[in-house]
Amino acid sequence: MNYNFRFNALAPYTGEILRGIGLTLQLTCLTMAIALVVGLFVALARMSDNRLLSGAAATYVEAIRNTPLLVQLFIVFFGLPSIGIRLDAYTAAVIGLSINVGAYAGEILRAGIQSIRPSQVEAGRALGMTAGQTFRSVVLFPAVKAIYPALASQFVLLLLATSVVSSLGAGELFHQAAFIDSRTYRSFEAYALITLTYLILTLGFRALFALVYWLVFVRRSRA
Amino acid sequence: MIRELGPNDIVYLLEAARWTIALALIAMVAGGVLGLVVAVLRIVAFAPANWLAIGYINLVQGTPLLGQLFIFFFGLPLFGIQVGAWEAAALALSINASAFLGEIWRGSLQSVSPRQWEAGAALGLNYWQRLTSVILPQAVRISIAPTVGYLMQLVKDTSLTALIGFIELTRASQILSAATFKPLQVYGLAAIAYFVICFSLSRLSQHLEKRTHAAR
Repeated sequence: MNYNFRFNALAPYTGEILRGIGLTLQLTCLTMAIALVVGLFVALARMSDNRLLSGAAATYVEAIRNTPLLVQLFIVFFGLPSIGIRLDAYTAAVIGLSINVGAYAGEILRAGIQSIRPSQVEAGRALGMTAGQTFRSVVLFPAVKAIYPALASQFVLLLLATSVVSSLGAGELFHQAAFIDSRTYRSFEAYALITLTYLILTLGFRALFALVYWLVFVRRSRA
Repeated sequence: MIRELGPNDIVYLLEAARWTIALALIAMVAGGVLGLVVAVLRIVAFAPANWLAIGYINLVQGTPLLGQLFIFFFGLPLFGIQVGAWEAAALALSINASAFLGEIWRGSLQSVSPRQWEAGAALGLNYWQRLTSVILPQAVRISIAPTVGYLMQLVKDTSLTALIGFIELTRASQILSAATFKPLQVYGLAAIAYFVICFSLSRLSQHLEKRTHAAR
């Protein structure tokens, strides 16, 4: 092996990397927020008695879960312009990712909603709680507790999945690796550094989510 | 030159889909062998082995698969190992799969109640007999459905190898889309092809899951 690793060749691009991190985090948070709204509608539609509505929601979820994100992004970014819908890379990335994660979030939220039995609400009311108290302590809190771990890992999966939108040129973190590679010809160093940056981000978020879980759910229920 | 989308193009996509399936199967087998090692290292009563396995799993599951593909694609030649997109794709996917399969199988092994070990010991079975006749048959049965489910994930993951230039279903659609300038139709066809493969696998997984639960 006679290759000289030159990670210092990447130093002038610190600004690009930081901007990439910022854009990746922005993309992840924005997508997660939209996906949760989409997911809520999907969950409610799937549980609806209207068979047309629940069928449509089930078709959406199956279509998304059984095709790769990359192909979904290509359809949104390269396919839609041929029917007159032209989107810039970032918008296409947000829409494509939201459609994708919306299907997964819908399944998580459905499980959360279904984990609360009507009898629990009745029990809450029987204990003399007001409707508001019952909703907060008997419905919302346990439901959020039940779906929190799945949503947290979905967030981390999304953070990693945003790397795929680099193929549209959305300027996020992984795209910066390609940019730095094209300027320095230090392909391995660029991709290794960017990949490790993702590791730091995911480990950081996992720790943060674990801390929040402990603070909100574990400590409070002990008190 | 821009041309129409013809029957030959569909054949071209289907031929490329063979590589998608081949890549997923190779990663499944190679990743499965390595995944067994990961699962064993993760549960043996030897702390450094556990840490090694946990570190490996976190490293793989905490980084994007796309990054792993590029690292192998650009990294191996630096060590004098000349690889094409095909070898880099197979290697990166196998390593990626080993971390996920390792975790699936660890979960399956640990979901067999520890009392079963005690029961086996009470019947006078030795460690090996308890493992192969009591624990493994149950663990394998539990693991089948999630393993098939993961194979579906693997099929979808192979699409990322298009970005290092390996010609499978997604890369073939990119090429075809550039030649015919019909991106919506071409990517739509690719999506349908993926759907057929993945939906069959997820149905199979659901079916197997029902059967294992019925057997209990």
